[in-house]
Amino acid sequence: MQAGLFGKIFNALGGALLGACRDLAPIVIVISLFQFLVLHQPFPELFSVLAGLGLVIVGLALFVLGLDIGLFPLGETLAEEFARKGSLFWLFVFAFALGFGTTVAEPALIAVTREGARAAAEAGLIDNTPAAIQRYALHVRLTVALSVGAAIVLGVLRILRGWSLPMIVVGGYMLVMLMTVFAPKEIVGLAYDLGGVTTSTVTVPLVTALGVGLARTIRGRNPLTDGFGLIALASLTPMIFVMVLGLFVH
Amino acid sequence: MELFLDPVMLLLATAKDVLPVLGLLVLFQMVVLKRPLPRPGRIIFGFCLVLAGMACFLGGLDLALFPVGRTMALQLAKGAQSGGKEIWTAYGWIYLFAFLVGFSTTIAEPSLIAVANKAEEASYKAVSSLGLRIAVALGVAVGITLGTFRIVTGTPLYIYILAGYVIVAIQTAFAPRMIIPLAYDSGGVTTSTVTVPLVAALGLGLASNVPGRSPVLDGFGLIAFASLFPIISVLGYAQLVQWIVGRRNRKK
Repeated sequence: MQAGLFGKIFNALGGALLGACRDLAPIVIVISLFQFLVLHQPFPELFSVLAGLGLVIVGLALFVLGLDIGLFPLGETLAEEFARKGSLFWLFVFAFALGFGTTVAEPALIAVTREGARAAAEAGLIDNTPAAIQRYALHVRLTVALSVGAAIVLGVLRILRGWSLPMIVVGGYMLVMLMTVFAPKEIVGLAYDLGGVTTSTVTVPLVTALGVGLARTIRGRNPLTDGFGLIALASLTPMIFVMVLGLFVH
Repeated sequence: MELFLDPVMLLLATAKDVLPVLGLLVLFQMVVLKRPLPRPGRIIFGFCLVLAGMACFLGGLDLALFPVGRTMALQLAKGAQSGGKEIWTAYGWIYLFAFLVGFSTTIAEPSLIAVANKAEEASYKAVSSLGLRIAVALGVAVGITLGTFRIVTGTPLYIYILAGYVIVAIQTAFAPRMIIPLAYDSGGVTTSTVTVPLVAALGLGLASNVPGRSPVLDGFGLIAFASLFPIISVLGYAQLVQWIVGRRNRKK
């Protein structure tokens, strides 16, 4: 029985490795093509490039395999049990904690808010002192994390009630455009980019599993039409919230 | 020395990202739902794979792709500046590079793979995982090419975004209903580990090399393009499939 289990794992790993090679082939082709044809240069440090490429392939294969074995089943079980238990309060607490918790420590978010704060200081929106810049960056970061938490709660509520997603998203777009008119110019570019930054590699699969799991368990909901849409909301709300913050600060 | 130190640091850094999420899940499962973990061994093994996979993936990217991609983006941006008169041929390589990098990095994006697999499963194979990923990758490619065009020409960001929103709103009215939530989601999924660093390097390199652009004002905004255009391309892909199927049925 043990041998059978290991055999299964090896089979799955082999498949995942093949898939990873296929997924990475385009990048390798594009980069080598440009290196040789356009820039007419051989690769610098060919050995380290090849070693790194090997690591990337193994890493991608392990990640995809691990999601299927660990992250997806856990996310879906949780969603199913929340739905069965019917405790709305805890479901919302969980949704908010998931959105807020995975966003607030996101490295890409920390980097972008720091850049944004520096740009704001240069533009004279806030005092050009390290303390003021740090406080501003923290405020933006917390605002984004809050907005992602709120977005996941709203998205879960949508799945439970069966609201139409296009209404919410198109309404959200209108709010974004409206805020663009009123918000200070310097924060607009930052706010737009923050929408895309918030959704990280671990959060996305987990949030998707939560949505699909909920939609699958609740009667009358379709996993495809109702289960997706959480990520869309999570990349929409930070734009609105950050521009509102911009209005308050300036 | 570095080779021994780096993997450990990388693994620790990845663990810092993944463990709080695992902690949150386990806490809710055990304390709030008061249920034991289903098959704990399997789940812990899966998490270890995710952890090791992300560490290898990020480490490998840093070693292999990012240095090459970054220097390439910078060299292309510099070359364009010295191109002088024939702006279109000088910038042509940059647009081609932006398009191909956008496409190829999106195909390799781990979170997109995860979501596309989930979509195939949730739709009982009505949505093809690879087809969805190619549609998203085409959207990112077009988006980033337009984004570099915007940096080169210096037109304001919000005009493009507004036009994109209007197109999305119109498409939403006509596209098959089942694809809409998935299409909206694919906008947020595309921009994570692989695409952002390369694209950011291209944007900042261009903004600091094209005369009259400031990196602070013009360097940002490429990510916004990369998260808007996949929505359009996925909706368009679904419309195309619907149109082809509809035509075939009419012929019968």
